[in-house]
Amino acid sequence: MALLEVKNLGISFGGLRAVDDFNLTIEQGELYGLIGPNGAGKTTIFNLLTGVYKPTDGYIMLDGENITGKKTIEINRHGIARTFQNIRLFNELTVLDNVKVGLHNHHPYSTLTGILRLPKYYKVEKEMNERAMELLKVFDLDKEANYKASNLPYGQQRKLEIARALATEPKLLLLDEPAAGMNPNETQELMKTIRFVRDKFHMTILLIEHDMKLVSGICEKLTVLNFGQILAEGETGTVLNDPKVIAAYLGE
Amino acid sequence: MKVRNFSKTTRSNLITYGMVIVAYIIVEIFLRAGMVSSLIEGLLVPLCVYVILAVSLNLTVGISGELSLGHAGFMCVGAFAGATFSKCVEEVITFGPLRFLLALLIGTLCAALFGILVGIPVLRLKGDYLAIVTLAFGEIIKNVVNVIYLGRDSRGFHVSIKDTISLGLEDEGEVIIKGAQGITGTPNDSTFLWGIILILITLFIVINLINSRTGRAIMAIRDNRIAAESVGVSVTKYKLLAFSVSAALAGTAGVLYAHNLSTLTALPKNFGYNMSITILVFVVLGGIGNIRGSVIAAVVLTLLPELLRGLNDYRMLIYAIILIATMIFTSSPGGQEIQERIKLFFERRKTKEA
Repeated sequence: MALLEVKNLGISFGGLRAVDDFNLTIEQGELYGLIGPNGAGKTTIFNLLTGVYKPTDGYIMLDGENITGKKTIEINRHGIARTFQNIRLFNELTVLDNVKVGLHNHHPYSTLTGILRLPKYYKVEKEMNERAMELLKVFDLDKEANYKASNLPYGQQRKLEIARALATEPKLLLLDEPAAGMNPNETQELMKTIRFVRDKFHMTILLIEHDMKLVSGICEKLTVLNFGQILAEGETGTVLNDPKVIAAYLGE
Repeated sequence: MKVRNFSKTTRSNLITYGMVIVAYIIVEIFLRAGMVSSLIEGLLVPLCVYVILAVSLNLTVGISGELSLGHAGFMCVGAFAGATFSKCVEEVITFGPLRFLLALLIGTLCAALFGILVGIPVLRLKGDYLAIVTLAFGEIIKNVVNVIYLGRDSRGFHVSIKDTISLGLEDEGEVIIKGAQGITGTPNDSTFLWGIILILITLFIVINLINSRTGRAIMAIRDNRIAAESVGVSVTKYKLLAFSVSAALAGTAGVLYAHNLSTLTALPKNFGYNMSITILVFVVLGGIGNIRGSVIAAVVLTLLPELLRGLNDYRMLIYAIILIATMIFTSSPGGQEIQERIKLFFERRKTKEA
């Protein structure tokens, strides 16, 4: 059974059909790319998958469970985590605390335990610190753990967002233009990181990207979107050589 | 690195507690020596009230990032609930501290309940809109309290919103809340020591809340609501939690305030929006999100007008100048640069010493 199964997904904003009849099947452990020209509806699909918008048609199944129309926090608990096109970190919190917010639901203790500083508080906080530092080490951010998140350079902020998303222990990770604003070197490094995340955490990843080098370099399968509809889908090599795709996306 | 950071926040918090305790000891010594004017002595309990209010409002404004102007309303709820309780049981419980403790609990719980009731609709709003609506709720609470008549006789409690006669009390019945005349004859249970204990409890609650899983969630929502939701943090739950804890602590301050007065009335001066603004001034000048700053600002800004009384005509002028200077120093880019320089200067000296 596929990890993510999307059938006939559609949404209208007033008269505008932003996404229409969208189908997507992602198997466990796949690195899947979603590409398309600006305004094709890629981020809208991410917002549908994470419950920011409720679809007008179709359904979304994650690991055999129907998550269509659920709230963002519920969908996160079901196992979808994401990053954002325009970085959204908790700027005033430290790098460590950003990841610890991601661990929020997996290492719980009650508010009263926190206020009264019961033994459980110290135990769980210690677990959280250890787990968060582990994750930060993966992204080579452990030395910056006590920096304010907003003080990190751009590339590291992107990494921190991925670390925070992984802290929620998702089954599926959505990356919205992870390489946006990065120079070729940083993109190269990011590609390594994404592959590493997939292998180390056995993660299934769906990403939106404009950088063709990145897409052709790491994605195994692709879906091309144009005007809210699927233009092509399949193995990366085949899709990128499809004349329709070249015409619509890469230019004639 | 991790360990050092942990001890750094702990140390900073210990300084805050220590500051309050040291201040108490100094004042107590002066009191014993009879070196405190009666004017200042009368200010001690209100001072504690302001400190609690400032610290609790900082939880809403600084930590949760919501501008609330209805803080005095919650204080009003706490004050009247606590005072009503004390008056009712004055003859049953004669042991002052126990009666006051129960009054504190009741006042705090009532204010928390109001915090939740007001918070549910209000927290859907943001920014200026939230400020305006909380302001309105604060005024509504104050004005409703102003028209309530509550009496008690052998048949039980009677409530009216017209006048004392319409309560229909028996001859030996007693009117507890007399509308705009408020509650008279509340037992004077508040002492400076109680005030200090309550400040310490408030600080303990707020500081520990901030440095816990809950506090992180609240601050995460403040910094980026959409991202907080995307990692599974319930926005409604934590916003409401911060708001109602803040309201509850304002209620505690209200009980302390009520038991320091022989007559408790809901005037614009003590529970109106002027009061809410005064508390907000403490929070802003002490530094938004800075708990220790709130404590210091509340103390300094309460004492300042009194200490300047000798200068008579000029005192409000000096008060205003100090307010403006503090604002420039803490909030403007130029002032922050000076702060940075001072910090650098001290750091350099430290490294030289080492």
